[in-house]
Order: sequence, then C-alpha cells, then structure tokens
Amino acid sequence: MTAVTATSAQGESGAWRTALPHIAPFLGILALALLLPFVSNDYWALIGTRMAIYWVLVAGLNLVVGFAGHLAIGYVALLTLGAYTTSVLVAGNVTPALPVFLALPIAGCVGALFGVIVGLPALRLRTFYFAMSTLGFATIVTQIALAWQSVTGGGIGIAGPEFPAPFDTPWGFYALCVAFAVVATWMSANVARSRFGRALIAVRDAEVAAEATGISKPRMLIAIFLFAGALAAIAGGLFATLQTYITPDAFTFDLSVLFFIAILIGGRGSILGPMLGTIILTILPEIAAPLAAWSTFLYAVLLLVIVLVMPGGIAALLDFRNRRPLASNRAIVPRPAVLADIVRRRTGGKHLELRGIALSFGNVKAIDGLDLDVTPGQIHGLIGPNGSGKTTTLNVISGYYAAKAGAMTLGEDVLPPGQPALRAACGIARTFQTPRVIGEASVLENVMIGGSVEGRATFVEAMLSAPRNREDERMLAAKARALLGVVGLETLAEVRADRLQHSELRFIEIARALMLDPDFLLLDEPAAGLSNDEIERLASLIKAISARGTGVLLVEHHADLIFDICHQVTVLNLGRTLAAGTPAEIRVHKEVVSAYLGG
Amino acid sequence: MLASILASGLAAGAIYALVGVTYNTMFSTSRVMSFTAGQLAMLGGVLGSMFTLKMGMPIIVGFVLTLAACAIVGVITEFVAVRPVLKSLDQHLYVLSTLALALMIQQIAAIKWGTEPQPFPRVIGLGSGVWEEKFWLPVIACAVTIVALEYLYRRTLVGRAFVAIAEDNFAARALGLPERNLRVASYALAGVIGGIAGFSGGQLLLAFFANGALLNFYGFVPVALGGLGNNRGAIFGGLALGLFQQAANFLVGGIFSSVAVFTLFIVVLLAAPQGLFGGSSARRV
Repeated sequence: MTAVTATSAQGESGAWRTALPHIAPFLGILALALLLPFVSNDYWALIGTRMAIYWVLVAGLNLVVGFAGHLAIGYVALLTLGAYTTSVLVAGNVTPALPVFLALPIAGCVGALFGVIVGLPALRLRTFYFAMSTLGFATIVTQIALAWQSVTGGGIGIAGPEFPAPFDTPWGFYALCVAFAVVATWMSANVARSRFGRALIAVRDAEVAAEATGISKPRMLIAIFLFAGALAAIAGGLFATLQTYITPDAFTFDLSVLFFIAILIGGRGSILGPMLGTIILTILPEIAAPLAAWSTFLYAVLLLVIVLVMPGGIAALLDFRNRRPLASNRAIVPRPAVLADIVRRRTGGKHLELRGIALSFGNVKAIDGLDLDVTPGQIHGLIGPNGSGKTTTLNVISGYYAAKAGAMTLGEDVLPPGQPALRAACGIARTFQTPRVIGEASVLENVMIGGSVEGRATFVEAMLSAPRNREDERMLAAKARALLGVVGLETLAEVRADRLQHSELRFIEIARALMLDPDFLLLDEPAAGLSNDEIERLASLIKAISARGTGVLLVEHHADLIFDICHQVTVLNLGRTLAAGTPAEIRVHKEVVSAYLGG
Repeated sequence: MLASILASGLAAGAIYALVGVTYNTMFSTSRVMSFTAGQLAMLGGVLGSMFTLKMGMPIIVGFVLTLAACAIVGVITEFVAVRPVLKSLDQHLYVLSTLALALMIQQIAAIKWGTEPQPFPRVIGLGSGVWEEKFWLPVIACAVTIVALEYLYRRTLVGRAFVAIAEDNFAARALGLPERNLRVASYALAGVIGGIAGFSGGQLLLAFFANGALLNFYGFVPVALGGLGNNRGAIFGGLALGLFQQAANFLVGGIFSSVAVFTLFIVVLLAAPQGLFGGSSARRV
C-alpha cells in the first residue's frame, strides 16, 4: 500500500515537473494581471477588464476554431445574447428581477443552447456553411435586439446589470473578471489536454482515421459548442456590466472579427497563443489611438498576412522544441517481445465472417459475392491485382461502405453495415493505405488517439480535471509509450508527426491501432514504401500481434511477405474470389499464377 | 397586400439570386466560396450612387463604371485571396483569406462612403406603387443576366471552356485550356454580376456599407438551397427566399422574418445537406 502511494506521489511530482514549462507562461500572465491594480489607473482597469472578458469568450471559441477547426466568424452574436439575457433578467422587465449571480448562469445555459443550434450545420457540412450560419446568426440577433423593443429597449437600449459590493468598483469588477478568465482558461486547457481535445484535432485533421478509432464527431462537437456558447454568453453578461448600458450598436461585427483573429494570430491547437493574441488585439487600438477607425481594416490585413505568410501563428513561433533537428540515421527497431506485457492474450474468441458481400459503384461491381473468414490468432492475406476490391473489402468491414448484399458477422453478432465509428467498440482496428496521422500533434498524442474509446471520464469530468480523467490520461499515455516501444519509435514520442518519414508513419498507425487491444486488425498495404529491412521487422511484428490472439487481415502487394507470414490467403480478381487456401496451395494455383503472380 | 408581398419578395429574391450566381461563378472555376460576393453587390450600390448622385454622371456612364470597378475587385479577389491558397484547398484557408479581403472592402466603404445609408437615383423612372421601378428593376436585371449567362455558357467558346473547367478541372487542363486565365476571367465576370445585383437593387437596399455582410448571408442561402455551383438552383432558391422572407415580413413582422429565414437555412442544411438540387458528395476513403 505504501509503495503504491509512493509511486503515485512520485508520478504526481513528475507530472508537475513536465507540466511546469507549459503552465509557467500562464502564471506569468496572471502575475502581471494581479500587478496591474498597483501600477496603473482606472482607465487601465477598464482595458484590463475588457481583456479578461474577451478572453472568457475566446477561451471557449478557441476550442471550436483552433482545435476543432470550424470557422465560427459570428460569435459576437452569443456575446450579444448573453449580454441581453443577463441585463433583461436583472432588470426584470420580463420575469421578476433576478440577482445577477443567478442571471449569469441562466445566460450561460441560453448561450450553450444557441451555441449548439448555430453549430448544427457543422455536424454534417463543410467549413464554409458553418462560417455562414454563424454570420447569419450574428445578423439576425442584432436585428432582433433592435426590433424587440418591449424586452431589449430597441435602439434606446437597456441598463447593464450591476454587481453587488465588493465588485461594484472598477478594480473589484476587474478582479471578478480575471477570476472568470482564470476559470475559463483552466477548463479549456483541461478539455484541450484531455482525450476530448485530442479527438477534436483528430476529427479536424484526420476525420476518417478518427472515425475508425471510435470518435463520434457529432457528440464531440456538440459538447464543445455547449461549452463555447456558455462561456460566450457569460462573457456577454460581464460585458454588459462593463458597458453599464447596452444598445445593439455596442455589438458590432468588428468584435467578432477581433475574437476570431485573436485565435488565428495565436495559432491552431494552442491556448497560450490565442491568449496572447487577445491581449495584443485589445491593447493595439489603445496604443495607436489615431488608427482606431481603421482597426477592423488592420485586423483584416493581419488576418490575410497570417493566412498567407504564417499559418502557424504565434504558437508556431513559440514552438522551439520542434525546431531541433532529428537524427537523420534513425532506424525503426520494433521489439515485438514486449507486446506480451501490454496486449492481453485472447483465447478462442470470435470469428469475423463475410458471406456473399456485394457492392458496386455505379455500374462497376467492386465486390461481387465475397466470402471471407478471419480467424483469431491467424494472419489472413488478401491479395489480387489493382482494382480487385481488396481495400474496398476493408472499407466494408470497417463500415465506410455499406454492402448492398450479404452479411457480416462477428461471432454470434451481426456487424451492422456502415457506421464506421462503432467498429472500434467491436474490437476492430485498422490502418490506411496512405497513413492518416495528425501532422500537428505529437507522435505520442497520435498513438493515444487510438485508445479514445477506452477512456471512461465524461466531458464534464475532463473539463474539471476530475480524478477519473487524470487516471484515463495516465493509462493512455503509459500504454501509448509502451506501444511506441513495441514498434520501435519511443525516442520520437514528443516529435510532431508531420516531421517523420513515411515508413515511421506506417508504424505509428500500427501502434495507434494496437491501442484498442483489437480482436481484429485490418492492415492496408503496411509494407508499401518500406525498405527490405523494415519489411522483415514488420513481418515479425505482425506475427507477434497475431500470436497474442488477434486476427489479422493483411492486404498487401509484396507476395513474399504474404507467403512468408500468412496462415490463409484469399486471392481476389474483379471483386470475386479467385482462389483461397494456404500459402502453399496458392503459390501453385494455376489461375493465380497466370492472373496475378506471373511466372 | 398580396401584391406588395409579391413585388417586394420577387425584387429582394432577384437580388439574392444574383448574389448566389456571383458565388457560383467564382466557385465553378476555383472550388472557392468567396465572402466577397456580398461585398461586390454592396459596391454595386455604393459605387453606383457615388458615380451618379455624388459625381453627377449620366446613369449609363455610372452603370458601366460601376461594373468595371466591380470586375476589377473581382480580379483582385482572385489574385490576393484565392490564387495563393488554391494549393491547399482542403485546409479551407480560402474562407479566411476571402473573409479578410471582404472585411477590408467593407471597412474602406464604411470610412470613405460613410456608415449611413444613402439614396440611390432612379434609373429609368417608370411605374408607381407595386409597379415601382425599385421592384421590377432587379427582376429584369436578374432575367437579363440569366439569359446572357445561358448564352455565354451554351453558345460561346469561352463559356464552354468555363463549363469544362467547372466540370473537370484536371481534364480541362490536360486538353490545354488556359485554366488560370479563365479563372481570372470568371472572377471578373462574377464582379460584373455582383455589380449588376447591387446597381439594380440600389433603390431597394440603398447605398449602404453594411449591405455586404447581409447579402453575403442572404445570397448564400439560395446557394445552399440549390446546391453549390448550381445556377438554376440559386435562381429558384433566391426567388423563393425573397418571397418567403417578405411574406414572413408582412404576416408576422420584421423580427420574425429574419428568424424564419435563419431557421429555414438550418433546417434545409440538416435535411438536405447537398442542397435541394445538388449532387452527391465525394468519396472519402
């Protein structure tokens, strides 16, 4: 018992030490924020408060724009909504007057609801539609605020809520807003660093692979739309107090632009960057007062320059670690033996059976009545000429295509056609013909994505960094590190994945697939682009994986590799089975030799 | 009341439809949805009013100058905001670059022209009541534009080259079509169409800098309804949207007409993501 406590305490302090460089800049900014009251006047209290309020909104929006990659350009609408909701509730011209500390959470809930409504198109459609729906929402919210005079006061406006003592002085209110900003930072950082944050980036950069690991895009997006909407509306309530009196004119589209550009200047997938971006953009017009009228123009120029010249933003400038050169003579040396310590051994297990599967694209029959059995603990090779339906078969099994006819069963259960995001839960993992990894995430994070379905903590637990979430994180990180050891890439764990070589990406994909402890592993041409040495190591790795009880379905063009390691081989031609049997039988099969192997 | 709804609905609808066609014209050769579409229509109104009312030019001269200026803005869009990001189309950087350019145009208009809506002159001066010029002019402009576009696409070599590039960019380039020049030309054409939308709708919408953002949204809705790149869909969608919006405006009041449009937009996108007239989506795996 003591030993366990000791190691976990050690783990905690170790975690602190690795986290410190990440936290230090935030603590520095907080220290400056706390110093501000002692070195300046009320004017700066106003600017500091505005900065903190903007950041409360941007902290949430950052998850939508910077992490999920959805271009929400009209978030001022949610600020407006929050400001009016809070003001109206406190003023009591619809309901009995409420205390402001009750009105603010209610505004948060309203904001969360509308955050989702505005975000709905993003669940199904491409980026531009979401940008448009937020823009449209921004347009109509202002119109409603103007027209609904009985509630909002129309063009005349309404008084902002007043906070009770001690928050009724400029510095008191400043302290309150900074406190809100700190909480917002903490929560959004927790989400960003949890499996939910990684999943957001995965959906953004490698959506197909994310589905294969069981990440549900709609659920992820709805969670962050709720979160971002609530924060935006709360920021709105605070903003109304800061303004003391609000009219629709106070919420110009320029504000939206400011929020949006702050994030892009800051850089995608970062929290510190957008925070600095918010601070800079809030101060900029104050310093350059004569330019105030042109501020939106300057923001727009800034946006264009960033998009064209520096897409990574401030975060990329601050990312010193990934500028160190990597060793050029590095080799991938997998250690399959270690697999025994990580992946649990399976016995018996269920068979994966395909019966009479058919699928056509237009008039082309891609697969035409295919039968296939994948047995646990065995390697099943799937070979055939280009266009014979090998990858299509994998896509049918992993649910990207729904077969027009035939049945798939996993043991006793029917494997439903389509629904790729449910395959991970069935224990089916896969790799892709062209590796689909997240270039902007580290190798370790890429592998951790594979274990997304194993996490038990909910979004709220992740947001509050509850013990269960920390346990998830420790478990996933440890397993991912161990698997990187198995595929021989542990020295590259902290490197951005887009700096790696092609062959290394192939092994990352295998490690990611193994995070699931899969019952079945589908490999789509894993040897393509590998050197002969690497193919040999890959062969021993695949053999070790199947020896732990996993059924492997291997699509490959390297006939040597297939005949070397497979227990069963199926040969496809024009979507039909040309031959099936052991490697020895296939090697001498007449039609196979003439159609495919040659000789 | 029905007459008013029809008159104002068709007029507004025609303007939305033209902005939708502006989006489509840019989209067809570059696969880029540009935020400058609405701004071009805004410029059509603002520049038209500037040339004719402020500078006192004859209507026809002002009209030609407006269209020329809009065409130039269209070409600038292609050079500044589209060409540099075409290489990485999948990253959607064009959303940001065209947004940045649109904001610049809007801000320049706000500062140089002023933030108050200003009057637009009567172009011909025929009709009154529901037959007032501000109602029928956009409809006529829309009809003429459509006929001209159909002629261009079906009967002229350049037009067929546009269609070829829209259909299959790679194959068109392999055939030796000057893809880059045609793209620039299509952006100039889009500028002209946007300019027509703004000029013909000037009396209805006034010369107002904020029309850009408004038309960006109301012009995109028909595109979303009709499917990207589908001009016929955009026309039907635009007219339907105009009628729907004005009907809601007259029947339940101004607040709810914009709510109704927004709700319609979201519902259609969820029910038919590819638009009511759109084709199927691309293969993902």
